[in-house]
Amino acid sequence: MTDIRTLEHDTLAAIAAAGDEASLEAVRIAALGKAGSISGLLKTLGGMTPDERKEQGPLINGLRDRVSSAMAQRKEALADAALNARLASERIDVSLPMREGPEARGRLHPISQVIDEITAIFGDMGFSIAEGPDVETDDLNFTRLNFPEGHPAREMHDTFFFAPDKDGKRKLLRTHTSPVQVRTMLAQKPPIRVICPGRTYRCDSDQTHTPMFHQVEGLVIDKGSHMGHLKWILQEFCKAFFEVPDVKMRFRPSFFPFTEPSVEVDIQCSRKGGEIRFGEGEDWLEILGCGMVHPNVLRNVGIDPDVYQGFAWGMGIDRIAMLKYGMPDLRPFFEADVRWLQHYGFRPLDFPTLAGGLSV
Amino acid sequence: MKFTLSWLKNHLDTSASVDEICDALNKVGLEVEGVDDKAKSLAAFTIAYVIEAKQHPNADRLRVCMVDTGAGEPVQVVCGAPNARTGMKSVFSPPGTYIPGKDITLGKGVIRGVESNGMLCSAAELELSNDHDGIIDLPDDAPVGSSYAEWAGLGDPVIEIAVTPNRADALGIHGIARDLAAAGLGELRHVNVRPVKGAFPCPVSVTLDFDAADRHLCPAFAMRLIRGVRNGPSPDWVQARLKAIGLRPINALVDVTNFMTFAMNRPLHVFDAAKVHGNIVVRRARAGESMLALDGKTYSFSDDHVVICDDRSVESLAGIMGGEASGCSETTTDVLVESALWDPLTTARTGRALGINSDARYRFERGVDPDFCLPGLDLATQMIIDLCGGEASEMVVAGAPPDTSRFIDFPWTEVKRLTGLSLPVPEMKLALTALGFHVSGAGDRVRVSPPSWRGDIEGKADLVEEIVRIAGLDRVDAVPFPRLVDEVPKPVLTVLQKRTRLAKRTLAARGLVEAVTWSFIAQDEAVHFGGGKPELALANPIASDLSDMRPSLLPGLIKAAQRNADRSFGDVALFEVGQIFLGDGEDDQRMAAAAIRRGTARPSGTGRHWDGAAQEINALDAKEDALALLASLGIATGGLQVVPGGPDWMHPGRSATLQFGPKGIVGAFGEIHPKTLKLLDVKGPLVGFEIILDGLPLAKAKPTKMKPKLKLSDFQPVTRDFAFVVDAKTAAGDMVKTAAGADRALIADVSVFDVYEGDKVEAGKKSVALAVTLQPTEKTLTEAEIDAVGGKIVAEMAKRYGASLRG
Repeated sequence: MTDIRTLEHDTLAAIAAAGDEASLEAVRIAALGKAGSISGLLKTLGGMTPDERKEQGPLINGLRDRVSSAMAQRKEALADAALNARLASERIDVSLPMREGPEARGRLHPISQVIDEITAIFGDMGFSIAEGPDVETDDLNFTRLNFPEGHPAREMHDTFFFAPDKDGKRKLLRTHTSPVQVRTMLAQKPPIRVICPGRTYRCDSDQTHTPMFHQVEGLVIDKGSHMGHLKWILQEFCKAFFEVPDVKMRFRPSFFPFTEPSVEVDIQCSRKGGEIRFGEGEDWLEILGCGMVHPNVLRNVGIDPDVYQGFAWGMGIDRIAMLKYGMPDLRPFFEADVRWLQHYGFRPLDFPTLAGGLSV
Repeated sequence: MKFTLSWLKNHLDTSASVDEICDALNKVGLEVEGVDDKAKSLAAFTIAYVIEAKQHPNADRLRVCMVDTGAGEPVQVVCGAPNARTGMKSVFSPPGTYIPGKDITLGKGVIRGVESNGMLCSAAELELSNDHDGIIDLPDDAPVGSSYAEWAGLGDPVIEIAVTPNRADALGIHGIARDLAAAGLGELRHVNVRPVKGAFPCPVSVTLDFDAADRHLCPAFAMRLIRGVRNGPSPDWVQARLKAIGLRPINALVDVTNFMTFAMNRPLHVFDAAKVHGNIVVRRARAGESMLALDGKTYSFSDDHVVICDDRSVESLAGIMGGEASGCSETTTDVLVESALWDPLTTARTGRALGINSDARYRFERGVDPDFCLPGLDLATQMIIDLCGGEASEMVVAGAPPDTSRFIDFPWTEVKRLTGLSLPVPEMKLALTALGFHVSGAGDRVRVSPPSWRGDIEGKADLVEEIVRIAGLDRVDAVPFPRLVDEVPKPVLTVLQKRTRLAKRTLAARGLVEAVTWSFIAQDEAVHFGGGKPELALANPIASDLSDMRPSLLPGLIKAAQRNADRSFGDVALFEVGQIFLGDGEDDQRMAAAAIRRGTARPSGTGRHWDGAAQEINALDAKEDALALLASLGIATGGLQVVPGGPDWMHPGRSATLQFGPKGIVGAFGEIHPKTLKLLDVKGPLVGFEIILDGLPLAKAKPTKMKPKLKLSDFQPVTRDFAFVVDAKTAAGDMVKTAAGADRALIADVSVFDVYEGDKVEAGKKSVALAVTLQPTEKTLTEAEIDAVGGKIVAEMAKRYGASLRG
């Protein structure tokens, strides 16, 4: 008994004292190896009488189990200590700056972003997107739109023309996206609901005008759409586009050759410190022109103005982009200065949706 | 168009305030551009007396003034004006006043150690003139403490409106008053024109010398002589009105014509009869004729222009401007007064061609009231006699004002149909009659006759506009726009529209920045990039380097890259997705996507970095962009061929054409040709690609959205490496295809993991190392089976490329 107790005490002390795996292995061999002290005790069980074995068996086996367990625990503790020591020596400088990934550097031009925003809003209202060529005929850009002969817009002073062809006809760069409306009405039977975004051109170049700019127009033709619907569409568009709960609009009678009655629309805003805010303030800002499609235009595309009716509107994409996102000048839109594009551009995955919001 | 409140009130009996008038003007479509109400804006400026002006103790040029402002104790003001002196009267503004001429709000201050509690003002500081020379010097009887603007007669607010081209009638104050009266702002004061009885026949005759086809150029020309007038400055009230709207008073006769132009939209001309030789002929000008006009410039005419001549020369340019020679001066005693009708289009074209803007041209090109041609002459005659005395002759009239009477068959329901607004018939009728329309008949349909001054009214829609603009567009309620069908909206974008927007986001996600560059470029650039066709050259470019429609997006991007490099941003990566032009036909426009990279602008980053510096870009970076775009657009690239050599503007050995068969060229990538860089004045190297989105193959339409069934193998794939030594010109891409073709069933992938040229292989050769992955589907492969495939690959390589395995 005393032997066993002493042996247990000594062996556990040796395990606790083992400072590394090698010395722990030496203790194991001394106790549990072939010639180990505990192994020796186990061997004596075979030569005992049944009564002796009944008494000594549990004592010797218990000793073996406790030593084995202590051995395993010590082994794990030593392994942990070794791992901790290794980890403690392994370090990186987590403060090192990383390269910006391509998705952080790439940018979409504000015009592309705003076209996507407009598309999201009008797509939901059931409008499709109509497009047409930039190089247009005088007929589609002016004549069918009820521009009289001699209208100033038809002069070289305002419109870019190409050289006359052999029949004396000269093509031009469209001055608005309205020829796309004409093309749509010629190609499609009512009901018509389209918006026409695109590049447009006028001989103009100063602080607030560029010879190339972007417009979006809308067109509705059916048997019952009237100015009240137009008002609602524009109101809802402005609220959705500018992402404000309410906008106050002012409709002023105006004049365009292709609409009658014609209307100019102002929205109420405040201007404080160079910032424009909608839905508040005392200032009025002109934002778009619209009206009921002129009966002459309908006749010019073979639609009977006494049966069908509808409305159209148009606004500058660049202009509403400036109003929403605060670019002070138009000219840098087309200068491809990466500093401007990085600042005013949009991240590649900022895809505007109605469900997720147009802007972040 | 400018007018003053008091002038308006001559035509409109109203008690409305300026604000109410402005609201009403906006409401009826006469947009207010500005109101200059000096009584309001200059209310803080009062008349003051300078009790004492003495030298400032610390500044030679300053005076310290004690000023009696009429409000209590004298105020001390430091003043820098040279004319500030004891005993003068001037204009004072207290601290807190906004000074319009300086765009500042005045504060209390200490100037060189002396307190200053306000300012004595110059006319420039009040924006009344450009006179900066000194403070305003008022006469002794100016009442101290009173509003300066009121005392100086500046209290008549000036309203400026924008008049749309259809509203010629609103270019006269009387017409504006008519609109306001119709809108309920007061009572229109009718102008009673009494015919002037001539005391003698007009001694000068008028001939309209036109062919039958040209009669429209001058439908009517009326004239009379007034003899014995005393010309000179017009009375103060006339001068004050003209000055208030920015006109310079000349003399009474000329001022009458300007007064009539603005009051009644009736431009007139006055000739000094003593300087007119013989009779008047109105005709087309003859080439070579010229005239010194009243603006002091000499204009040369062609037969596109209409002129008024006497026996000797051209005396006036029809409807635009008179001549200096026969103009009226202070010495004029006999005056010929002309009132005529001119063709709007010819007037506009002549004015534009000669570069003359005048109040007369502005009105005649929009169309004046033909029925007022003769009454206008009588009204002007009466005004001249009232101001200058004299005796009028009978009126001579050549031609006659055209009959503009017409009827429009108008159902009242048209208003609701087009605007959604229900108005009572009496209200609609009242609006039309107040505007001068004549409504006949009763019931649902009436006959409406527009007044002679509304040449713009053509049909029903015009009448609807008249009615709703007088009723007010604010009464049109917004009505929710119903969907065509009650369902979730269907997608609306076309394939090209979807590709365009996806292309933009894909390229941006590769670190490229989107530019929008001009659709027009310089002609030599257009030619160099395969364009420059004469039918795509603008006849009137805005600048010589923006003359031709672009055949490619690359020149605009390349030049933009250089502009950024010039600002020290050389590692620039730009893209554009936009239209290019192959011809002037409506099907000749394409949607292209292009990108360029410069310096070290690689997708992973630019420039030096602790993790390794970015390499300079090369043509294969552009290839990666192009293929990433195709992959993102979901284009099946199995049939895509990369043919060495791109278009002429790319480096022949470092570029390729991307095509789906020889007729299916969709684009190219590569390094930009050094000659191209030179032409564009750009420093390279630069790489780029351009793909025509319209040209990309369409996906096959499928009945469902189901993807093909996924087949997964239960057996491990095995990979074997081969290094082949081949001729240096051998295309590695071809070798990959050859290897993959050796056993299409087993070989799942072939990749190139090393390319080596150098002293460890024979000169003119290179080593290309391929990793070939075999994917068994039925059982694990034996070594013998794997070796058999390897053997086939090696044999094919030897046969096709003379390749040997690298030892």
